[in-house]
Amino acid sequence: MHEMSLMESVREIVDEAARVNGAVRVTMVRLQIGALASVEPQALRFAFDVVMKGGPAETAVLEIDRVAGTAWCWDCSAAVALGAGEVACPACQGHRLQVTGGTEMRVHEIDLAPDQEMATCA
Amino acid sequence: MCVTCGCETPAQHGHEPGHAHDHDHDHDHDHDHDHEGAVPLTRGFGVLRPAPTRTVSVEQDLLAKNDRYAAANRERFARDGVLALNLVSSPGSGKTTLLVRTLEVLRGRRPVAVVEGDQQTRLDADRIAATGAPVVQLNTGKGCHLDAHQVGHALAELAAPAGGVLFIENVGNLVCPAAFDLGEAHKVVFLSVTEGDDKPLKYPDMFRAADLCLVTKSDLLPYVPFDAARAIANARCVNPALECLTLSVQSGEGFEAWIRWLEREIEARVPPVVARAAGGGRGIGA
Repeated sequence: MHEMSLMESVREIVDEAARVNGAVRVTMVRLQIGALASVEPQALRFAFDVVMKGGPAETAVLEIDRVAGTAWCWDCSAAVALGAGEVACPACQGHRLQVTGGTEMRVHEIDLAPDQEMATCA
Repeated sequence: MCVTCGCETPAQHGHEPGHAHDHDHDHDHDHDHDHEGAVPLTRGFGVLRPAPTRTVSVEQDLLAKNDRYAAANRERFARDGVLALNLVSSPGSGKTTLLVRTLEVLRGRRPVAVVEGDQQTRLDADRIAATGAPVVQLNTGKGCHLDAHQVGHALAELAAPAGGVLFIENVGNLVCPAAFDLGEAHKVVFLSVTEGDDKPLKYPDMFRAADLCLVTKSDLLPYVPFDAARAIANARCVNPALECLTLSVQSGEGFEAWIRWLEREIEARVPPVVARAAGGGRGIGA
């Protein structure tokens, strides 16, 4: 459910980035969502359509890049990959893991349409 | 603009000077570019072709705003020597009941304050107020968690319990509150024995985010198929550093260990000046 309030943060960030860059329309929003971030991409997609209404990104395409989960296994003394929902080291099955990556939730970049003046006839 | 923190909601954002909103769609000539499509078209040499879009790097964390408010709250707690605890769990795990009993025990020993988070009603705040503790009720409406901004507003209505504890009882929800830092020293996750000992594996985010797990309602253990040792083992699978206590408000079992944990954490946060003012520091009234 908190995907809705996270998407409201996306809208604030995107609206501000569009404004600062003098754009009236955003055509694409690219998020980076870690595999271990406590968020469901499907729910984010649903929230995107609802939350972006009436703003510069109303017709934008949402792209979500997944970032792999990584952890340090204290028993293996090695960096290991950790998938969503996994709590054990894939090598030793131990649980002494320190998550080191894959928890990010970030607006990575946006595509801006040319403004109205640029889009008129050549 | 809000007087407490200077915040502005998106609806309140004024138009910045020099920022023109009047992009006029009325042209004095005809061309039928598509306003609905994702790709704008321009006309060049009589051929419609897509206008180039430009990509702008943003790199902003979705929780950055919340984290800024959380950092401000945390700074305030440190300055005031307040132990702030974020109590999280699914609904019905016994957070409010344990809190009421805890406030009764701490009364006269430590300053306390409470922020209650619920979707609706003042029912919990009324229970807390009956103990004499200062309390602010936050109703989140459709929101499923407290955020640091809401808590900052609640702090404005409470005297800081210097040398004591601020309990923030989050909305009953074992998922969403895990992601939102409120500026607390610790998240304390409750797991009642009526819920199932596999919950830490099914909802790992919350158990990973917490520093202390309270297995509650232990007086009901003879009646439910809940293995407390297995629950704790499961919780430590997702968070090996998690401290765990098993207790019951009804029978009193394990309750002293919880109070000792609180006293230890309070002492760790009392700045020397507060300790002196409170009469010498350690173990006030204990």
